[in-house]
Amino acid sequence: MLNFRDISFRYKIPLRATVLVFLTASVLTASLLLREYRDLRRDMLDSSARWSAVLSQTLVSPMLHDDLWRAFEIIRAATSPGGGDQAGVITLVDPRERIYVSTDPARYPILLPLHERGDAAREIASLIDDAAGSDSRSLEIGDRLYVITPIDADGVRLGHMILEHTSSFMQARFAGMWLSATLVTLVVLLLILPVSWYWGRRMADPLVHLADCIGQVGTKIPDADAIRLEQSQDELGQVGRAVARMLDELREKQALEHEMMFSERLAAIGRLTGGIAHEINNPLGGMLNAISTYRRHGSNDPELAARTMSLLERGLLQIRDTVSALLVEAKAPSHPLGPQDIEDVHILLKPEAAKKSAALLWNCDLPDEIPLPATLVRQVLINLVLNALHAVEPGGTVACDIGVTAEGMTMAVRNDGRHIEASRLPYLFEPFVGDANGGHGLGLWITYQIVNELDGHISVQSEPGLTVFAVELPLRVALELESPP
Amino acid sequence: MNRRQALSGLVGLALALAGRFGHAVAANGAEPVRIGLTPVFLDDQVGFLGAWRDHLAQAMGRQVEFIQRGSYREIVELMRQDKLHFAWLCGYPYVREQRWMRLLAVPVYEGQPLYRSYLIVPAHDSVTTKVTDLRDRVFAFSDPDSNSGYLYPHYQLNRANTSPANFFRRSFFTYAHKKVVEAVALAVAHGGAVDGYVWDTLARTHPELTSRTRVADRSPPFGFPPFVTGRSVSPALHRRMQQILLAMHEDPAGARFLRQLNLDRFTGGSPALYADIERMLRAIGQPVG
Repeated sequence: MLNFRDISFRYKIPLRATVLVFLTASVLTASLLLREYRDLRRDMLDSSARWSAVLSQTLVSPMLHDDLWRAFEIIRAATSPGGGDQAGVITLVDPRERIYVSTDPARYPILLPLHERGDAAREIASLIDDAAGSDSRSLEIGDRLYVITPIDADGVRLGHMILEHTSSFMQARFAGMWLSATLVTLVVLLLILPVSWYWGRRMADPLVHLADCIGQVGTKIPDADAIRLEQSQDELGQVGRAVARMLDELREKQALEHEMMFSERLAAIGRLTGGIAHEINNPLGGMLNAISTYRRHGSNDPELAARTMSLLERGLLQIRDTVSALLVEAKAPSHPLGPQDIEDVHILLKPEAAKKSAALLWNCDLPDEIPLPATLVRQVLINLVLNALHAVEPGGTVACDIGVTAEGMTMAVRNDGRHIEASRLPYLFEPFVGDANGGHGLGLWITYQIVNELDGHISVQSEPGLTVFAVELPLRVALELESPP
Repeated sequence: MNRRQALSGLVGLALALAGRFGHAVAANGAEPVRIGLTPVFLDDQVGFLGAWRDHLAQAMGRQVEFIQRGSYREIVELMRQDKLHFAWLCGYPYVREQRWMRLLAVPVYEGQPLYRSYLIVPAHDSVTTKVTDLRDRVFAFSDPDSNSGYLYPHYQLNRANTSPANFFRRSFFTYAHKKVVEAVALAVAHGGAVDGYVWDTLARTHPELTSRTRVADRSPPFGFPPFVTGRSVSPALHRRMQQILLAMHEDPAGARFLRQLNLDRFTGGSPALYADIERMLRAIGQPVG
């Protein structure tokens, strides 16, 4: 259902203008027609009265001579279609108010008392009784108009002439007037509407243009010269200038954000480089020490040589570990994740929890195998639970909830240990950002990389007493999974 | 009513005399032949009358004038004052004035010099069969001097021991048979007395009018409304006119006029044709000439 409020101003303004023009034209036409109708009615009554007076004069002689047929011929000619549209029915009554003759003899038979011929006739009869003078009188009864004219000869009343108009005669004339007025109105509307439509469009176009410009802001900020509005001091001009100013500010803000992101990235690279340098420097120092000791204390001491070699090897292994930890191998072959994998992790971690005498609440609701690489998911889970166990005080609680929803697999690991300060949260998933307890700080970084590889999402919330890491992994990722054995 | 009627007729007559007939026909023998016409036929066919008049004038070798009046009485009066040579009258005024009128010719209608009076009623009235069924109704007569349009129904009411004034709620004269048909067709009157020949002719030319009426009763045949000659007309003129009329059906032009009049021809006729009218006149106590 199209809501009027949703229609573009491009159409709304011209539509409103159209309605307004139409209403104005209708009201004007109606009021003019009403006046015209009143005038028409008055004119008709006036001319009827005049015409009746003339006609009544010609009826004097036949009525005086009691020439019924001649009287009938006169009133018949007056009501015949060629006699003009003045009258519908003419009835003559004698001084005793009996019907002398009528053009409608069925309704007004000769010599019957007028007041016996229906309600209207009774009213007319009483009007004739009451009134004196020789002027025409008009009377409206129901949808009919009556003009009653006395027929006098030399001061003697010979009778009355009753002229009956049906209102259909008025209606016919009025319908004609109405039709022509409507046609004129329509013609005027035809002339005015394109103009109002054009003006409406002219008013709407800047609005539509502004709306288009503002609508682009989500995706890109339009150029300053994209706003093409005529310079004006009206509201549209003000809005146009305001939007232009707003876009300018948005552009500045965007540039600033670009700059900030760039320096942030540089800072992150700096921190990463520092971390790597630190991790490599530590074994390097030991190894260089061992080499210098070996040089100083004789190369013929096989035991020292063996110890030095062993030391060098361990140092190099540590460096290799560090480097390989930086290169997360997400595409490593793996089998689909099943409930048993999660249970393995539980079993593996139980001793760690026991060491810290922390409670490990395990709640796994995994119905069956799901298409996710088991090795990676296990690694994520182990990292998160180990971090949580590190964080809790002795006797604290770590809870782990695992389930599957329509979106995919969810894992939430909660602990009631020390919370993570808000200032650290933005850098939490960067490498070598270990906590105060030491550790190389690669765990969360690796976790983040794995979740990213799996098109998933990881989030953290931390407040005193509750820290939650939540992971969502979509099932639709098609990974090269080992076929089940 | 009758007094008013007579008054109106006299007023009209006086006006007519003052206007156009300041002099008598007899005063000048070279005057056009004046023929008075009454609505015993469809006298409103002006174009036809002009042509017929010219035809008669050619046959006579003399100018001919048709004089038309609103009532039979006016024509009779003009005749009485010798302002007309001939007239086409109803049998009724002829019988009344036969002392001084001569029979000129009698039209032959459907083979005989006879016609009937019709009692007509509106077509929706299917019960009336005679004039005495119309008690207390409105009735239209044609002319007070018409046999078919007044005398015959009057005579019938007379035989029923009543009179038009007492029997009908209202009666009026239309002064033409055609208008009687209109009065009944428009339901102004519940019945009317009309010349049967006129009604039949109207049924041919104006069926939409006659179809709204129904002939409820037909009278016995009467002598057809005759052409008569005024008293001051010379026998030669009388004979000349008679010859022309009686021979009218023999030449094509005359036959065409007769066809248009819905008549067969003219015959000499005899006063005996009008004996029945005379009998009715006596029966209702009217003077007979």
